[in-house]
Amino acid sequence: MVAFVAFLALALPAARAQSDALNLLASANFDDIRRGVQELGRSGDPRALPIIAALHEGNLYVSADHDLYIKTAQGFIAADTGKPAPDVPAAALKKVRVSNAVRNAMDDALGALRLFAKDPAQRQTAAEAVFHAHDPHAVPALDRAIASETDPAVRAAMQQARAAAILYAPDAPDAQKLEAVKLLRARGGMEARSLLDGVTGSPAVTAAAKAAVVSIDRVLQLWSFVQSIYYGVSLGSVLLLAAAGLAITFGVMGVINMAHGEMVMLGAYTTFVVQQALGPAWLGLSMAVAVPAAFLVSGIAGILIERTLIRWLYGRTLETLLATWGLSLILQQAVRSIFGPDNRPVAPPSWMSGDMHLSGLTFTFNRMVIIAFAAVVLLGLMAVLRVTSLGLRMRAVTQNRLMASAMGIRTPWIDALTFGLGSGVAGMAGVALSQIDNVSPNLGQGYIIDSFMVVVFGGVGNLWGTLVAALTLGIVNKFLEPFAGAVLGKIVVLVLVILFIQRKPRGMFPLRGRAVEA
Amino acid sequence: MAGSMNLGRRGLGALGLGLTAAAAMGALPTETKKAKAAAPDASNPIKVGILHSLSGTMAISETTLKDVMLMLIAQQNDKGGLLGRKLEPVVVDPASNWPLFAEKARQLLSVDKCAAVFGCWTSVSRKSVLPVFEELNGILFYPVQYEGQECSRNVFYTGAAPNQQAIPAVDYLMNEEGVKRWVLAGTDYVYPRTTNQILEAYLKLKGVAPEDLMINYTPFGHSDWQSIVSQIKSFGSAGKKTAVVSTINGDANVPFYKELGNQGIKATDIPVIAFSVGEEELAGMSTKPLVGHLAAWNYFESVDTPENKAFIDAWHTFIKNPKRTTNDPMEAHYIGFNMWVKAVEKAGTTDPDKVIPAAIGVAVPNLSGGYSAMMPNHHITKPVLIGEIQDDGMFNIVSQTPGLVVAQEWSPYVAETKDLIGDWRAPLSCGAFNVKTHTCGAGGGKA
Repeated sequence: MVAFVAFLALALPAARAQSDALNLLASANFDDIRRGVQELGRSGDPRALPIIAALHEGNLYVSADHDLYIKTAQGFIAADTGKPAPDVPAAALKKVRVSNAVRNAMDDALGALRLFAKDPAQRQTAAEAVFHAHDPHAVPALDRAIASETDPAVRAAMQQARAAAILYAPDAPDAQKLEAVKLLRARGGMEARSLLDGVTGSPAVTAAAKAAVVSIDRVLQLWSFVQSIYYGVSLGSVLLLAAAGLAITFGVMGVINMAHGEMVMLGAYTTFVVQQALGPAWLGLSMAVAVPAAFLVSGIAGILIERTLIRWLYGRTLETLLATWGLSLILQQAVRSIFGPDNRPVAPPSWMSGDMHLSGLTFTFNRMVIIAFAAVVLLGLMAVLRVTSLGLRMRAVTQNRLMASAMGIRTPWIDALTFGLGSGVAGMAGVALSQIDNVSPNLGQGYIIDSFMVVVFGGVGNLWGTLVAALTLGIVNKFLEPFAGAVLGKIVVLVLVILFIQRKPRGMFPLRGRAVEA
Repeated sequence: MAGSMNLGRRGLGALGLGLTAAAAMGALPTETKKAKAAAPDASNPIKVGILHSLSGTMAISETTLKDVMLMLIAQQNDKGGLLGRKLEPVVVDPASNWPLFAEKARQLLSVDKCAAVFGCWTSVSRKSVLPVFEELNGILFYPVQYEGQECSRNVFYTGAAPNQQAIPAVDYLMNEEGVKRWVLAGTDYVYPRTTNQILEAYLKLKGVAPEDLMINYTPFGHSDWQSIVSQIKSFGSAGKKTAVVSTINGDANVPFYKELGNQGIKATDIPVIAFSVGEEELAGMSTKPLVGHLAAWNYFESVDTPENKAFIDAWHTFIKNPKRTTNDPMEAHYIGFNMWVKAVEKAGTTDPDKVIPAAIGVAVPNLSGGYSAMMPNHHITKPVLIGEIQDDGMFNIVSQTPGLVVAQEWSPYVAETKDLIGDWRAPLSCGAFNVKTHTCGAGGGKA
């Protein structure tokens, strides 16, 4: 009997390694779950990968008596045996919950386990994860993985991961650590910089790490300069879109339209309505439909506003300002009453989500699409003004109303159409803004001041000026923001624009000739 | 919990003193008091003011609170009203306009003669109505987490003070996630500025070096976060675990979180803990890229208690929409309203001079399974919960304080206020009593 108990006691530890880790996973305590993931990951057990992967995907469930089940498309399977468990009551199961600490442990464990995956892409991501974890325990596994690796890119990633782990191994010899610093320095980028910056150890190693950080910083600084310019262009394109319509209504017609932002807002809500009407299956198409729809909605709203309100107020600037401001409040509250006060979700179509990495820089597709869209809108607007007969009439009316009228142009209709065109362009801007900003009744308010600033700074009545002004303000803003802060940055930009307007009241590209005096 | 019950009992003990003080003050012929005395008719309803913006920028958050108040009042009426009288809600719309808040508050108190007002969201709106409530001797229940540094006799603060939200949140990150480097990012107004001032002092006390602190303010509704997020990213690449403590308010959060996702900042690398992002705010965005980012509140919809389940069910039935979320300020109104009901029952009248002292020591169930008590500093005891955002837009509660936390209305980490306490029990009856100099300052605090 005693011998039997002793035998059990001896036999238990080997059998318990697995069940211990599983028991930990079945716990309600995040720290236990984290340790469970770590133990399971290091156990070398073949069940480790499916179980941790299931936890990662949120498919690991625990029953009331602490048994673990994995949810698959075919139903639940028992985690410890891998056999289907069709009779387990799904309602009694609870999802194993994870916290950030557990997530970190999962990423590390999955990385180490997938180093030997069949797919080279998976091995590559695994190597990145191990690099990120820089866990000294991973060195033996990395050594084995490197020895059997055939893909040169993956092997390089693994060697970098090994270097990161060696750097943080307390007992690694200095020579190896210095070698590791060299590898990380060659890799560059923010993550390597972060690892090198946190190194502790002998003076030789820390000195080498410090030198490596300085060298990486130099490269990063260059990239951050490029990035700031890109951010500036991106902000500039948003400003340009918001201001392009105003460049017509204010720039060409001279109407101070405080409800311009609400035209943008209407465009954004049109996008929302179009998406709802088309349903999720047509998400990719919804943007293409939303652009003309928003143009029409805002354009027709603009024509109505011109016909009912603004045409009675031509030449009375102050009254126009007050009337359109009141109108903007009415429109905001109307939208709030119809759609509710909270933000409406506008989903990004798949071709607008995702990003592109270029040596430490991230370019997101939605921003790139918006930059392109802004360019297309500007060119289209110029074409309308230069080439079409409507554009000709618009220019004629704004340059000399009496003469145009004498030539048989129906000036009131041209006024209405011009205002409609400007409003419609604002609506199209709303489609783009729905992708990066909140679709809420207040959307327009955030852009009205900036839009006026762009148009005035660029020179009233000049689309090229609007373009240059938008890009200048965007880039200056983005260069100021990192060290002046967003609030002070805005103030500085405003002061600079005011000073500039003092020197050149007509903006960067003033119109010349008789039209100005009219 | 034990500490709070203790104090609660002391609060009850002080009630007698409070009543004598109230009786002494009863001689003061304030306008509201005369009105109350002239309306003894029991068939007359008790009016309850609801002062929440239903239009303008704050409508997004405040409309829900108006609805929850209407629900609570209807529930109370179903239970037979209060003191045998029906409750009648008086809803006004201050339209997110701060001076209008003061005007509407005056209307609720002197025209509608409301026995109590539940309202305000932003600190600036509370600051603007404060003088009105003090002048007309009204009662305001303020349901939102705020920056502290205030303790008025006429206000009951049912939201969290900084030590009931911000400090435990920072402690969690420091102890559980090993954060060594901090970004304090906020919108540029009074709540983030004061909270960050307290947090900065606290972190420095905990040995955080000034170069490991980055403080950043952005204007309301800031929408282009590209350069600031990339700045945070490079600040986080200094070899130390970095976290962002966000007091970014309202609409600016959506583009902020979107940009975090765009630039690939995961919660496992640089976690963001927010004090103003709840279930309501998450409802408008896709939460996939946000999984693991944190929020600190005193209540989450995912709290697993029978009280909470009943509250959510009642809310869904009342609002006729099973998808509507519940959030922390709603719970604060739930607690505050029940406290006011209890205090009125205890005082046997709606007279503010009797109800205000009666409220101290009142304890009612909160939705996370405990009892919250009204303390002599007019703040309530609360548990502190830390939640991680899940992909379904709910919070996964990863940490909860073992007991309830008593609010520190004056921060001990700020030099000017570290000696101040608020205690509205007689004989002290002071919102800002300096324990060093034994003088009483203004409870309204600095504007």
